[in-house]
Amino acid sequence: MLNDIGTQLQDRVRDAVAAATPLCIAGGDSKAFYGRTPVGERLEVREHQGIVNYEPTELVISARAGTPLRLVEDTLASEQQMLAFEPPHFGDAATLGGTIACNLSGPRRPYAGAARDFVLGTRVINGKAEILAFGGEVMKNVAGYDVSRLMTGAMGTLGVLLEVSLKILPRPDVELTLAQALPVQDALELLHAWGRLPLPVSGTCYDGRQLVVRLSGTAGAVTAARARIGGDTIDAGGSFWESLREHRHPFFANERPLWRLSLASTTPPLELAGDWLYEWGGAQRWLATEEPAATVRAAAQQAGGHATLYRNMATREAVFQPLSAGLMTLHQRLKQAFDPAGIFNPGRMYPEL
Amino acid sequence: MMQAVQQTATEPVDRARLIARLEKILPADALLHQTEDLRPYECDGLSVYRQLPMLVALPESIEQVQAIMRLCHALRVPVVARGAGTGLSGGALPHAQGVLLSLAKFKDIVAIDVEQRTARVQPGVRNLAISQAVSGYGLYYAPDPSSQIACTIGGNVAENSGGVHCLKYGLTVHNIRQLRVVTVEGDLLTIGGSGLDAAGYDLLALMTGSEGMLAVIVEVTVGLLPKPEGAQVVLAAFDDVVKAGSAVGEIIAAGIIPAGLEMMDKLAIQAAEDFVHAGYPRDAQAILLCELDGTHEEVAEHIARVRDILNARGATEVRTAKDEQERLTFWQGRKAAFPAVGRISPDYYCMDGTIPRKRLPEVLKAISEMSAEYQLPVANVFHAGDGNLHPLILFDANKPGELERTEAFGGRILELCVAVGGTITGEHGVGMEKIDQMCVQFQSAELSQFHAVKAAFDPLGLLNPGKAVPTLHRCAEFGAMHVHHGELPFPELERF
Repeated sequence: MLNDIGTQLQDRVRDAVAAATPLCIAGGDSKAFYGRTPVGERLEVREHQGIVNYEPTELVISARAGTPLRLVEDTLASEQQMLAFEPPHFGDAATLGGTIACNLSGPRRPYAGAARDFVLGTRVINGKAEILAFGGEVMKNVAGYDVSRLMTGAMGTLGVLLEVSLKILPRPDVELTLAQALPVQDALELLHAWGRLPLPVSGTCYDGRQLVVRLSGTAGAVTAARARIGGDTIDAGGSFWESLREHRHPFFANERPLWRLSLASTTPPLELAGDWLYEWGGAQRWLATEEPAATVRAAAQQAGGHATLYRNMATREAVFQPLSAGLMTLHQRLKQAFDPAGIFNPGRMYPEL
Repeated sequence: MMQAVQQTATEPVDRARLIARLEKILPADALLHQTEDLRPYECDGLSVYRQLPMLVALPESIEQVQAIMRLCHALRVPVVARGAGTGLSGGALPHAQGVLLSLAKFKDIVAIDVEQRTARVQPGVRNLAISQAVSGYGLYYAPDPSSQIACTIGGNVAENSGGVHCLKYGLTVHNIRQLRVVTVEGDLLTIGGSGLDAAGYDLLALMTGSEGMLAVIVEVTVGLLPKPEGAQVVLAAFDDVVKAGSAVGEIIAAGIIPAGLEMMDKLAIQAAEDFVHAGYPRDAQAILLCELDGTHEEVAEHIARVRDILNARGATEVRTAKDEQERLTFWQGRKAAFPAVGRISPDYYCMDGTIPRKRLPEVLKAISEMSAEYQLPVANVFHAGDGNLHPLILFDANKPGELERTEAFGGRILELCVAVGGTITGEHGVGMEKIDQMCVQFQSAELSQFHAVKAAFDPLGLLNPGKAVPTLHRCAEFGAMHVHHGELPFPELERF
């Protein structure tokens, strides 16, 4: 379905600026759980749909923000291509815009890159109700500041994403999933030893009991790597990684608050009570715990990283790791530069933004 | 045009007073203010623009950088940061009333973390030196701009430098983890983190490619990759550039991402061959160099497929390097293309546009027509995998009017890149050189948004003033000279 409501959205923003009405930018609501509690009048972007350009041989796709993520992925799959950052959907209604606004990436992230790494260009509505275009559809483009990547992960606090252009990659010929039971220290050591070798690893997960590894590449490369990595083949490998990406893996069936810790991959297991699941070669760790937020954040910071209260039923008051005073000042000035009236997703990321 | 570069007007500071204050921060030998000492800093890699700075500061510690920034901020003195000065867009061109802040003394590799595959380095460390330092661990730093033997990592971050392996391994922005920067007020900030992402906005991306406009980079943590098990290169010759272009599309469509995929046209082939004797076919209209890397199995499979595609697309010759020596020889020709062109012409001017690859035939045709119109030969070197085109315009600066004609021709090429859906700069940056073409690429609202971003970091406009983003007035004046399709850009502005 092709539907361009860019100018209607622009009109809505213009009115909201004039009336100082906060707007809650909404796509498919699949990530409504993420971040601080949404406030403001809903600005529905879902109707702004359509793949506006797809050039398989140019490795680029451009689509309106409301385009269903599923449609984008299916379209790419028909040409044996993919979004290499393997975004989680968290629901059938997930849109491309919400995916980019949240900058969420799946198991392939450490090996292929994050959502932000694949963003080539954006069209956005800023806080003056202007439609602006940054970047473009080419791989190399250093004209102007990288506003497109700044928008990626800004949770809609800097503007309304209208259209996104992404670099895409071919799907690997072959994928294979292997598992072996190991203690946590051994698993971390093995992950780092593999990381130093030119192996076609494309996903890693340690659930406290076994280390699961995905290999992707040509048939010969995967077969050769399998011999080096060892372990048992998991037949339903594809569904394992999907369940992990979508948080349907049994680990996530947990009533306790879910934390995401982004750390130096070499960080030893942290002394925090709860259940752990490691991904991204050790650089992304999920923790289901009742530990106080301050304890979790301090441990993450100590390890040079940050902690996000990813899902929590009780409170969404403080979700992201607090920023240093100097960084927060810069964030506030940037917010002011893009959204002087403060109408876009106020407080969704930090109370100050 | 050559000497008198328009710069943002700031109230000139009392030079003697500034020197006296700086002498309290820096040792005497770290402060240059005699004209003969300033001369080496008057230009960067784009030597057609020259300007002596008021003085040059060569700090060696972050504390000194902070103190310099605090002082310059208090006195409202412009500051232009400089790495190795190899940039090709005049980004490090000094400011006449400003301090040229050289980071050349920041040459230490602070830490290498082999397990995590990162290196924490000072900004003055050379790009190639990083890969050399970690080579023993089987690791390397992927972005490899052609100046990698000399250019520094700080400059790479400021320009978001690329190289010949970008399609597969990305630009600088994809290969760095953390920055430490000094703000215009002299505060030290850490951007990014030890993990793969950080809380808050993606300031790491915003800083990368910001051309010294937002803050001064004083430390960079780069990500490292394991060296591929093997690499192999195929050289293919074509009697038609269009065939070569379509072969590139076919390789990508086959699901292969080459580590490097370069195209050269006839003039570039001949210049390179005469210079380094790489074994290029001198009579070809175009050659492709396609490098595959990965595991031995992967490389072997991909080489076979690439050879089939090249033959099917009408290559007149397809040669796989028979050994590592020949692989390096094939590359030597490509890497020597710029100096090779330098041998056949008194001067050359390197352009840097990116286009959607499928538009290559019409772009090359248009460049060839413009070449006739301006009576200046062009050699084309093309990062074909990612669409980044480097036309080299051959000219003689000693012939009256040739530089001006060259600049006009170059500007037309960049505007053509925008017209076909590309960009005025793929990897060299805007700097001083392409500031007018920014008016073609962006509308006034976007340029205003860039200025707002700049002001968020640097409200007084002291960092690298006059570069990277043109004022709307400048665009209005430029637009008045370049009327497109009968429409004036920036109609809302008064004309001067």
